[in-house]
Amino acid sequence: MLGRLTFDAIPLYSWVAMGGAAVTVGGGLAVFLLITYLRAWKVLWTDWLTSVDHKKIGIMYVVLALVMLARGFVDALMMRAQQAIALNNDGYLPAEHFEQIFSSHGTIMIFFVAMPFLTGLINIIVPQQIGARDVAFPFLNSVSLFLTAAGAGLVLISLVIGKFSTAGWTGYPPYSGIDYNPGVGVDYWLWALIVSGVGSTMTGINFIVTIVKNRCPGMTYMRMPLFTWTALCISVLIAFAFPALTVVAAQLVLDRTLGFHFFTNGDGGNMMMFANLLWIWGHPEVYILILPAFGIFSEVVATFSRKRLFGYKSLVYATACIAILSFTVWLHHFFTMGSSANVNAVFGIATMIIAVPTGVKIFDWMFTMYRGRIEFHPSMVFTIGFMVTFVIGGVTGVLLALPPADYLMHNSTFLVAHFHNMLIPGALFGYFAGLNYWFPKAFGFKLDAKWGIRSFWFWIVGFYLAFMPLYVLGFMGMSRRMEHYADPTWQPYLIVAALGAVCILCGIICIAVQLYVSARNWGSARDTTGDPWNGRTLEWATSSPPAPYNFAILPEVRDLDAFHDMKIKGTAYQAPTSYEDIVMPKSSGLGPVLGALGFALGFAMVWYIWWLAALCLVLALVCIGIRACDDDTEYVIPASEVAAIENVRLAQITPADMHDMRDFLPRGAASGAALPGRA
Amino acid sequence: MIEPTNRRYCRRNFRAVPLLAIIGSCLLLQGCGLSDAPVLFPKGPIALAERNLLFTAFALMMIVAIPAIGLTLFFVWRYRRGNDAPAYTPDWEGSWKVETVVWLVPAAIIVVLGTLVWNTTHKLDPYVELTGDKPAFRVQAIALDWKWLFLYPELGVASVNELAFPADRPLNVEITSDTVMNSLMIPALGGQIYAMAGMRSELNLLANEPGVFTGRNTMYSGDGFADQHFKAHAMNEADFNSWKAKVTGDANVLDAKTYLELHKQSVANPVTYYSAFEKDLFDIILRKYAPIVGPYESEAAELICRGAA
Repeated sequence: MLGRLTFDAIPLYSWVAMGGAAVTVGGGLAVFLLITYLRAWKVLWTDWLTSVDHKKIGIMYVVLALVMLARGFVDALMMRAQQAIALNNDGYLPAEHFEQIFSSHGTIMIFFVAMPFLTGLINIIVPQQIGARDVAFPFLNSVSLFLTAAGAGLVLISLVIGKFSTAGWTGYPPYSGIDYNPGVGVDYWLWALIVSGVGSTMTGINFIVTIVKNRCPGMTYMRMPLFTWTALCISVLIAFAFPALTVVAAQLVLDRTLGFHFFTNGDGGNMMMFANLLWIWGHPEVYILILPAFGIFSEVVATFSRKRLFGYKSLVYATACIAILSFTVWLHHFFTMGSSANVNAVFGIATMIIAVPTGVKIFDWMFTMYRGRIEFHPSMVFTIGFMVTFVIGGVTGVLLALPPADYLMHNSTFLVAHFHNMLIPGALFGYFAGLNYWFPKAFGFKLDAKWGIRSFWFWIVGFYLAFMPLYVLGFMGMSRRMEHYADPTWQPYLIVAALGAVCILCGIICIAVQLYVSARNWGSARDTTGDPWNGRTLEWATSSPPAPYNFAILPEVRDLDAFHDMKIKGTAYQAPTSYEDIVMPKSSGLGPVLGALGFALGFAMVWYIWWLAALCLVLALVCIGIRACDDDTEYVIPASEVAAIENVRLAQITPADMHDMRDFLPRGAASGAALPGRA
Repeated sequence: MIEPTNRRYCRRNFRAVPLLAIIGSCLLLQGCGLSDAPVLFPKGPIALAERNLLFTAFALMMIVAIPAIGLTLFFVWRYRRGNDAPAYTPDWEGSWKVETVVWLVPAAIIVVLGTLVWNTTHKLDPYVELTGDKPAFRVQAIALDWKWLFLYPELGVASVNELAFPADRPLNVEITSDTVMNSLMIPALGGQIYAMAGMRSELNLLANEPGVFTGRNTMYSGDGFADQHFKAHAMNEADFNSWKAKVTGDANVLDAKTYLELHKQSVANPVTYYSAFEKDLFDIILRKYAPIVGPYESEAAELICRGAA
């Protein structure tokens, strides 16, 4: 009846594991009680969970990412603590527990922090940047969100029921095969990947169609803001790369569950195929994580340098180059598998070529700052921190791209330091910049800048402390994933790295404090115009937070910096002569239901509860059928209601709230008296 | 062949001054000796060539990296708001001159690096046998949970978690695994290569002089992974002869049954010697995972391939 699920699944084997389970259950219970206490269940369900509004879905994605960031970071802290003390002793974590922690850390950070964070930001902003009222497939968007959440749920519940994978976040067979890993851990990992991977694939498809089809009049491809360009590129990458992950995970499931031999040691299996398929997804995935951050940096650097973006076309071509090249380099993840020198050299050179467009981007951002008026908003400070630190990661990346050098550095902590150097300053700093930059757009008030700057300093100092020693340890011959070690010269470096992790913990606490302080003082930091930073792109043309339809009248774009242009020409904040009825998608409860079914399906497959898996599959198909037969999925906001909303908004905006645009006037123009804005 | 390569790389070394300066300051700052870092101070020409490539590439990239970091910080400082002295050009959207430089300079560096990669990848291919005055010393390495078994076909002996070879001969290691994927590496002597069941990979290394180096599996393989390291002894002739005599005289023999015992999982297995090993043991282990149907070549092969008596 319950497959292999028995009472043994409860982690009574160690205090640390039980503690983890208790925190997970306690946290879930606390959230449940808080919602009940606030009597917020109904609001939560009708206004949020069932909503297909891209802005709300985006916010829910970011919330998921921040919650999972806390969990993934606890893993990191535990690993650093273990390695700091485990010189010639077992530390405080048994080997098996340590292995679960580094596996879940990687899995969580990639799939359930970075992916939902960037998807959330894209969801909130991209439709507004292209002047659209929603994404192309709003319901699909909701399903994607809940499938991602279901995957995250599977990782979380593995802490309470059963164990997580010990095979690392890449799960190489044959170690992850049933012969060497018969427990449920690898299955949790696989089903979390499959369920959330389906969601990611649909997100990719959704945003390709949205960006290609839903742009407002005048928004040609070469007028799209750079963040939208990166979103388009990564959507294409997602649509092409994630199927490889789904296939390779499904093959490993077949190996494990039905005794197939795709990747087993014997019987014709070949683990090298796994490595190839995994990284055919895995390398584009790196750019899926990083390109949206590049888009955010591009927006932030132009806005806070008070200047037009330098080399827009160059940045677009560089982004497209990176996206295409990202599919040609996957073999550099396993130069040491014994490929011929020709193969290794070709992939090494292809990898280095990517450094060219990436370097170009850094210089373009730098020349955007040149002759600007730089304002040190937290998002800009994260951008500057990124530009300096990312160069180091780029250099070490090219070093690893040299096959003979990679033979020395592969599988070492140098590699660990390198990819954290890319993903923390490169991706995460970008998301934090985006959080600080777009928070007022999503919630209508600004985040506290002081705590934002503090979080930045803790993060960047913590980053250097935590990862520079790992570069050195790589030179000293330390492999990654070591539960303990015998070389006393390594320990000082590992202690410094642990201090770095503590510093980053302070950075995370600062972000939490920043959110709390800003929410408490929200009235004093309200954003009435919808344009708190004197922004340049179209998302600042809507109110903060935007009305459900974003734009009452679809804007007409005449310039790359569409909204900036409108402010210069004085066409911003003008009431149209008349409003029209707006058709919007209806909320649907089927998204969360499909997510719950995805979760139950994954759980059932992990524990071999076949009847439940079959039931979930049938019910999911029924849900899809119901939705397919439903012809009444839209509702109309009458023109009068639109007019009412817009009039209230426009009445709030006084010339005193508007930004002074005189600096941007074309040379030789009149004094600027005709412009709206402070005199 | 090794000597001239060596000298050429030494000359390249001069470009690595900035890195050495950084390392020097690290030394002072951390107060921790890096002089034992096997990657920075290798003990063999292969590792040295690989490290020199690392240094050369690092130095080349500094042409772009230093201006990138320096100019970024300088621009941030100079064009900060409140400092209204410098020019302000809010509508400047690009410059062909700047774009040409920022595309072509990194591209030129990559052309240089690419050529370097093509040449060094071929020259330092771990499968290329090193030719010296003396023939290569052959060793077969088998990854087990969680230890390394070394077979010496030339001597007819075997050892666990200890590798010994004459320092004046190149070392040629054939590698496979009788468990999950592993990766064999002796950082002071050179790079690594994966060990995979049913497959034969190869590593060619050379030591400058006699010495003891740490080797390990770098590919995470389970609970005993952290302890899966061994000492590699490059010995002079006298030491090697006495080592040979010691091992040959050992009572242990690695027949099929003993091998099955050894194959069981063990953590931090003590160094063990075997004065003889089962004929064609390496090939039998390769055959164990091959999709071949048919009779086994020998009783021992059947025993090992089936995993039990």
